[in-house]
Amino acid sequence: MINKEIKSYFPILNQEINGHPLVYLDSAATSQKPVQVIEALKSYYELDNANVHRGVHTLGNRATEHYEGAREKVRKFINANSMEEIIFLRGTTTAMNLVAQSYGRANVQEGDEIVITYMEHHSNIIPWQQLAKERGAILKYVELEKDGTISLEQVRAVVTERTKIVSMVYVSNVLGTMNPVKEVAQIAHENGAVMVVDGAQAAPHLKIDVQQLDCDFFAFSGHKMCGPTGIGVLYGKKELLNNMEPVEFGGEMIDFVGLYDSTWKELPWKFEGGTPIIAGAVGLGAAIDFLNEIGLNEIEKHEHQMAAYAMEKMNLIEGLDIYGPTDPQKRAGIVTFNLNDVHPHDVATVLDMSGIAVRAGHHCAQPLMKWLEVSATARASFYLYNNESDVDRLVEGLRSAKEYFNDVF
Amino acid sequence: MSSNNLDQLYRRVIMDHYKTPRNKGALENNSVNIEMNNPTCGDRIQLTLQVEDGIVKDAKFDGEGCSISMASASMMTQAVKGQEVDTALKLSGIFSDMMLGKEYDDSIDLGDIEALQGVSQFPARIKCATLAWKAMEKGVQNEEKS
Repeated sequence: MINKEIKSYFPILNQEINGHPLVYLDSAATSQKPVQVIEALKSYYELDNANVHRGVHTLGNRATEHYEGAREKVRKFINANSMEEIIFLRGTTTAMNLVAQSYGRANVQEGDEIVITYMEHHSNIIPWQQLAKERGAILKYVELEKDGTISLEQVRAVVTERTKIVSMVYVSNVLGTMNPVKEVAQIAHENGAVMVVDGAQAAPHLKIDVQQLDCDFFAFSGHKMCGPTGIGVLYGKKELLNNMEPVEFGGEMIDFVGLYDSTWKELPWKFEGGTPIIAGAVGLGAAIDFLNEIGLNEIEKHEHQMAAYAMEKMNLIEGLDIYGPTDPQKRAGIVTFNLNDVHPHDVATVLDMSGIAVRAGHHCAQPLMKWLEVSATARASFYLYNNESDVDRLVEGLRSAKEYFNDVF
Repeated sequence: MSSNNLDQLYRRVIMDHYKTPRNKGALENNSVNIEMNNPTCGDRIQLTLQVEDGIVKDAKFDGEGCSISMASASMMTQAVKGQEVDTALKLSGIFSDMMLGKEYDDSIDLGDIEALQGVSQFPARIKCATLAWKAMEKGVQNEEKS
């Protein structure tokens, strides 16, 4: 249940910034961590820390159980078919690079196409740019509708039989748009392409079912969903992962090592070279327990409400433009905006002086900024610990910013 | 709101440069043409300089960014125009010290630039203020090499 008490689980939120109680509205960049996750990390390091999959000793077994236990939690969380399909990596960026460098290099030939959209994060653009350059392939973009949504007609017009990979963000980190990735996956499959989903902004906020979406790859990061930094997940369909080569070689991922040749471990470990991110996985497991206890459906509902309330209040501020879908049901709790005549950096500084944390800049989405015809924007992003009074503080801060800069001019 | 603190950052002279930038535009007859951006926030400056016999004869800038970055660019062009290249670089060093909150050489009259001193109290904004100066330094150094 989401109620007033939820804030008390997040110790960091209980502090003053520049003389005002902190209002944290930058969860799309990284979320805050509840005591449950902090305690899980502390307890792991205080009681169970050891390397995994090797020691005969008791601590080694405990650490392995924790690590593989977290994998099972992730499997259930996204409803994957098997634990072999869950690869622990550093984050969404690493996951995208793995797909591009392993699946991409093996399957994309000269003249083939890779399709992405104008609303991608740099982590879902550059790995494909590099792959396209290396293979002599063509990178194509799906244009956006005026309200910052994707139409399936556009997707059908861009995806062809030469398309090998379609990669798309589930929830935009700038516009908040929730994209029809299930339907796009179907179009990709009809054309013989695989569907890659950037789930970094989706996994924290809505129930994910990779089998129902029928995507081939799904990537997300732990730190945006109450987990620690440095842990992320790549889901891939087993038959695809089985045929893919690792991109990192070394300890942990090998089966037999000879002088001139080696063989790899089974899935998922062949993609987890080196000592794995054990504590990170433990923390992510605790974050999943925490989110499940509250309920992903509840969280999604809360975010639609927050977006609706924020948009309603912010729209009353004269000269404030909000980007992306106007229908709050079509967007997650992300509201990107500009206050005219005041640069977003200046807005963010003024808000910070009132204890309100928002992001300002291009949000790692320069092609999207170009499409919006702006050089930068400000972004308020909400999560389960935010409430209407946080929005009221934001709106009050924005009014002060406007007044302050009007006075200065 | 702590508007006293904000007033330390947004001095009137800064807002004046932001609103009415000096030396805005591009020099056609330039010996230095350099573009620099701040990849984390999207601030961008294009700086053109006319350097002759070791003297910055003229300077213009174009670009987009926050009040601090644009005001600083305006002030920078004003400060280096007519100066010897060595003096311009010296000013840049002084400005850098000022931003880092270090003791700086006050034997040279800094004029409007002094108003930016408050930026040093806002660590996240220092890179906004130094962008134009970095462009000038790099541009002048490239010119000397060629």
